[in-house]
Amino acid sequence: MALTTTPDDLGYTPPSTKGLWSWITTIDHKRIGIMYAVSSLVFFLVGGLEALLIRTQLATANGTLVSADAYNQLFTMHGLTMVFAVIMPIAAAFQNYFIPLMIGARDVAFPRLNAFAFWLFLFSVVLLTSSFFLGGSPDGAWVGYAPLSTQIQEYVRMDYYSIGAQLLGFASLAGSINFVATIFTMRAPGMTLMRMPVFVWMSVVSSFLLIFSLPVIGVGLWQIFIDRNFGGLFYEAQASGDPLLWQHLFWIFGHPEVYVLILPAFGIVSEILPVFSRKPLFGYSFVVFSGIAIGFLGFGVWAHHMFTAGMGPVAEAGFGLATMLIAIPTGVKIFNWIGTMWGGRLTFPAPMLFTVGFIAMFLIGGISGVTHAVVPANTQQHDSYYVVAHFHYVLFGGAVFGYVAGAYYWFPKWTGRLMNETIGKWNFWIMFIGFNLTFAPQHILGLDGMPRRTYRYAEGMGWDVWNLMSTIGAFLIAVSFLFFIYNLIASYRHGKVAGNDPWDARTLEWTTTSPPPVYNFEEVPVVHHQDDFWYRKYGVDEDGRAVKLTPEQAGKPDVVVEEHGMHMPSPSYFPIIAATGVALLGAGLVFISSGPIGFAVIALGAVVALWGIVGWAAEPVTREMH
Amino acid sequence: MIRIALLVVALAAVLLASCSSDLPQSSLNPRSVEAESIDKLWDFIFWLGTAVFIVVGGALGYAVIRFRKRPGNEQEPKQIHGNTRLEIAWSIIPVVLLVIIAIPTLNTLFDLRSPAEGDFLRVEVIGHQWWWEFQYPDILDEDGRPLTTANEMHIPAGMTSELTMTSVDVIHSFWVPSLAGKRDVVPGRDTVMKITPDADIAGQMVPGQCAEYCGLSHADMRFRVFVDAEADFDVWAAEQLEASPIPTSGAAAAGYETFTQLCTTCHQAKVAAADGSVEVVGAALGPDLTHFGSRTSLAGAVEENTAEHLAQWIDDPESVKPMAPELNDVAEGRILGMPDYGLDERQIQDLVELLESWK
Repeated sequence: MALTTTPDDLGYTPPSTKGLWSWITTIDHKRIGIMYAVSSLVFFLVGGLEALLIRTQLATANGTLVSADAYNQLFTMHGLTMVFAVIMPIAAAFQNYFIPLMIGARDVAFPRLNAFAFWLFLFSVVLLTSSFFLGGSPDGAWVGYAPLSTQIQEYVRMDYYSIGAQLLGFASLAGSINFVATIFTMRAPGMTLMRMPVFVWMSVVSSFLLIFSLPVIGVGLWQIFIDRNFGGLFYEAQASGDPLLWQHLFWIFGHPEVYVLILPAFGIVSEILPVFSRKPLFGYSFVVFSGIAIGFLGFGVWAHHMFTAGMGPVAEAGFGLATMLIAIPTGVKIFNWIGTMWGGRLTFPAPMLFTVGFIAMFLIGGISGVTHAVVPANTQQHDSYYVVAHFHYVLFGGAVFGYVAGAYYWFPKWTGRLMNETIGKWNFWIMFIGFNLTFAPQHILGLDGMPRRTYRYAEGMGWDVWNLMSTIGAFLIAVSFLFFIYNLIASYRHGKVAGNDPWDARTLEWTTTSPPPVYNFEEVPVVHHQDDFWYRKYGVDEDGRAVKLTPEQAGKPDVVVEEHGMHMPSPSYFPIIAATGVALLGAGLVFISSGPIGFAVIALGAVVALWGIVGWAAEPVTREMH
Repeated sequence: MIRIALLVVALAAVLLASCSSDLPQSSLNPRSVEAESIDKLWDFIFWLGTAVFIVVGGALGYAVIRFRKRPGNEQEPKQIHGNTRLEIAWSIIPVVLLVIIAIPTLNTLFDLRSPAEGDFLRVEVIGHQWWWEFQYPDILDEDGRPLTTANEMHIPAGMTSELTMTSVDVIHSFWVPSLAGKRDVVPGRDTVMKITPDADIAGQMVPGQCAEYCGLSHADMRFRVFVDAEADFDVWAAEQLEASPIPTSGAAAAGYETFTQLCTTCHQAKVAAADGSVEVVGAALGPDLTHFGSRTSLAGAVEENTAEHLAQWIDDPESVKPMAPELNDVAEGRILGMPDYGLDERQIQDLVELLESWK
């Protein structure tokens, strides 16, 4: 990393980036992003192992690898892990790292809150995963339907669920508020909303979805907790409590959550496609507004998860039609992506392969999604393997392919090195084949009557062949991820040096060094276009074709003259202390019915959290620079 | 492109071909008015969806192949930012398709959810962890008690049965894919579904199982629906209303001793003494055992009802299906499984003798 300016010129001395302490105290959005990414990958291995155990159990009829009890914990934890500890944090990783870079900011709006959100996320997942060793893991499915989730109070399993999800929600809320504040207040001059990269737009939408949906599930989770530990009767039918209330509260969060998982991936592919098509995104404003429309409609379709619950035909018809509506903006996105490729000059390095794979798989998941809106058909599909197939096409074929595409695309910016293309192609094709082999047969299984969340199935149901195929596919996916992880490690060490802009890309993050300096940009850019970086490099000839500008034509980019030097936040250890305190408090709450030990941990957690918060409040925001 | 389209059609054909008789629990193998109306709707949206996939996927595939960078082609593409007219068009096309889907959806939905009309049989379905109870409120014995059975529901072919369902513990879901879409069974609520089995399937057994995750043994909460010819149904119902005899001698009599000491903690039976007096013994927390021997399966339709399986079930219940009887609270009515009472071989055989004799 060659700096043309010395720290003295900047009026700022970057903090040390050596040693564990620098990671613990870091409030640099890029390093926090990297920590999110690494955590996500580690938990992906955990969730993947759970998936392999599940698939091995189901490879044949009457499988006996694990007990019913173990199986129920495994599939519950697989869901919780993949949603809360893998996909949400990998989205947060990209958002943390790239939102400030893409909008020309030096950091996020609340750097210490950002660090707090990460540490609380990490500790919450550790708490949730520790349940395997301390008292048993949640076994009530990731949806935690009452009154099953409140029924057995002898075990702390579902206390881990209610508290773990609560803490994770708290962490996400902090992260989301931070992103919204960053995007709305810290854009570089000239970066109007309608010039923002689509990834940033989708992050705004997903952050708002979280801000409005998490409080709802937060209330529900406390109700579960109170029912379990203090004799509450929210979900006790015999006391006129209503189990369906939980389903409404859960899905008012749970459905927007689906878009939280997928929208950032929509954003990523909307960044990658123009770069490798060498054309601007087709219909930028349509893509942006359809994303916003998905955000709004996403709050109006939750009860399509409840078409068998007995709501009555009028409500079912209403939610069925609303669900069909949401297919429109989603379809528009797919058409616009194809429109972007149309007439382009396409190249297919790994990021583009995964992006095209994403579109194809998401198309299938989208179409099977429409079949769910057909209420009578839904009553056959609901809670069957057909649904399992559908949401894996959306969340794996969609989201995971999208985030892997993002990893291949942005890895050079993180590390300064390119990922290996040959391994990348192997990675893609094995994953693509393995994924389809795993999940395509599950459509058929579901229609043939196999319910989900079952630890075994009988012989003679006609399910054996499809299940075996699915299991083989799952192991292929595992192999593809070995290629991915090997590629990450090997390329990090020996990959080809990337330079600032290896893909001839369009957005601001590629204007700075790879990896970027702690302050991101030596000089804050002034933005004149959507895809501003592209227009510094290319003009358009009379045919409308891109032509490379000569250095004289390009001139020097406009920058902001900062008279007072850079204002960068200083490292702080208070966020991790506050997060430790809150997580301890949660751990104590899990064991609140187990006597004094629970209360002792709660008290300890409260003291530590208070220390963190007070210290944080009293700490000066930035060291004096000059 | 054509190859991909053919592949999709071939896959689709495989999917539809799979609706054959070796798929007893398949929604693609409908055997009732209700399941057939859903299947018809499914076929329609399936082919429509396949067409959409071929068109959109085809456009994607075409773009990938046609606009691939070719050697020697260094010309930059035209920088097109969009085309509002085109984009409006492809926003409207899905609207049209969705309206086409919505109309039959709503028609079928309101048909399925309309109350049963004319002459129909009423059945009450009660979900328990992890078995099903069936009561027939219009089929009463001399004392006004409804016909009650477990895990095997009999309904007449060619006529509508209306199921009113509720649960005593957690949420379950009643699903017989070949006869109807599923409907949740919710504590504190009644849900209703209709089943009108085809007349020509009289004599067939149609399997189903719980479809809403309900804890430890959810996978083993299965049941069987027997679709009887109307006359056979009447015979069955009359038999089921009878009391079973209290045996007076032999192994079965010894078994009855054990039965009244242990089994009646949770199970109930209507029994007739030698003098003809009839009484109901036991508690209705577990399946009614009055006509246990007439059933084809046991333990929530997990095993066939044979003497060996029954002996194993009594001897070591959790080797047949996982349960949590250590959490039972009889006084509170919370039952999470059949306990292992540690009976000896003799006692077990006596009980088997008794229960299998109660046809």
